[in-house]
Amino acid sequence: MRKLFVPLLVLVAAMFVAAPFLIANAPYEATMGLIQKIFYFHVPSWMAMYTAIGVCGVASLVYLFKGIRAADCYAVAGAEVAVVFGLMGLVTGPLWGRIAWGVWWQWDVRLTTALLLELIFIAYLLVRAYGGPGSEKLAAATAIFGTATAPFVYKSVDIWRTVHPKTSVVPMLTRTAPGMAPPFALSAIAFILLCVLLLTVRVHLAIRQRALDDLYLAYED
Amino acid sequence: MFLKTALLVLRKDFAIELKSLEVLTTTLFFALSCVLIFAFAFVKDGQAPEDAAAGILWIAIAFSGTLAIGRTFERERYGETLRALLLAPAPRPALYVGKLLGMLALLGIAELLLVPLIAFLFQAPLFSRPLLLAALLAGGTIGFAAVGTLFAAMLVRARSRDVLLPILLYPITIPVIIAGVRGTAALLASPPDEPTATMWIGILMAFDVVFVTLALWTFEPLMTE
Repeated sequence: MRKLFVPLLVLVAAMFVAAPFLIANAPYEATMGLIQKIFYFHVPSWMAMYTAIGVCGVASLVYLFKGIRAADCYAVAGAEVAVVFGLMGLVTGPLWGRIAWGVWWQWDVRLTTALLLELIFIAYLLVRAYGGPGSEKLAAATAIFGTATAPFVYKSVDIWRTVHPKTSVVPMLTRTAPGMAPPFALSAIAFILLCVLLLTVRVHLAIRQRALDDLYLAYED
Repeated sequence: MFLKTALLVLRKDFAIELKSLEVLTTTLFFALSCVLIFAFAFVKDGQAPEDAAAGILWIAIAFSGTLAIGRTFERERYGETLRALLLAPAPRPALYVGKLLGMLALLGIAELLLVPLIAFLFQAPLFSRPLLLAALLAGGTIGFAAVGTLFAAMLVRARSRDVLLPILLYPITIPVIIAGVRGTAALLASPPDEPTATMWIGILMAFDVVFVTLALWTFEPLMTE
């Protein structure tokens, strides 16, 4: 990963530079017009959040059941990155909703559960920050429960009648709006790559922090 | 062996509780205060909005439940008996099940008081479909207590545990509370909306299965030092 990091960073930067041009040239959606273009950032940021949640959940399971300490570094990185991308989704969503629905926020199942998912991972960070020694395991359990809730959040729009667009919009894009598919794919890949890069940096930092803590402990003994 | 251990833990907790009735009385009193506070928040011109009773019932259960769940393990910590309990040559998940059963019994008693009280205070037709209401209450309580018992057990060793329990418990269990509130609200409609209530009961069951399985599965590694 270390060798790939700089080339990937350049690639992601190039993608983020190119994305606005592609998005600007994409066809306008008939009813929503300009505001619809926020989807090119809104949906990918949630995709990146689910990626980070997946990393956090799997790493927490490995840490809890196998006791591998390095897995905990991946878990904390996953949770932090998930919170960042979740915040992006929660900011871009209301910006669109203000125009499309006329209100910033609807107490709709999808919005409520998405907010909850964000809260669960903020709770994860709070536990780590204030739980004192041994809170890593507690946090791991929080992450496992949070990861178990994530599929419910994702599927909620298909189960209930909500005002939020359904999950089928994205896979159907190539057929319903072929002009929108390429910029969307570019944004999605760029966001997920960015998520992976952020995770790598954060894991690296967490491993360094752990090594430093161990050195302190060894010195005090 | 498994069931026997669980029942022994339950009996132990019952014996302690019966002596002082501390958790039961404080929980009931707190639930009552919750109802009163939310009544002030919602009632207008002497009348509460139609759906308010469902929300108040579940808020009272969730808030007083948090208090009770925190107390059950606080007692173990105070007596420094948790380590002894964990050292016992018994399957760890059985200890969890024992604690969970105790919690369910306690919350069940609280609900027996809360439901008639709310029906009386808000003129809510809560007893029009008693079986469906019982299923909703059971499903919601199991989901809430399953997560609560697990986190309270883990928090025994953590710093600032009083603050962290609600912080962890609410975001994770809010789906359960939402299902409970919406299901109960469907029962309060006139005529009672049975299909909607049944759908929410199904969702509650799904959450219960996920939460209880996860809790039983993670209790062992979580409680190992």
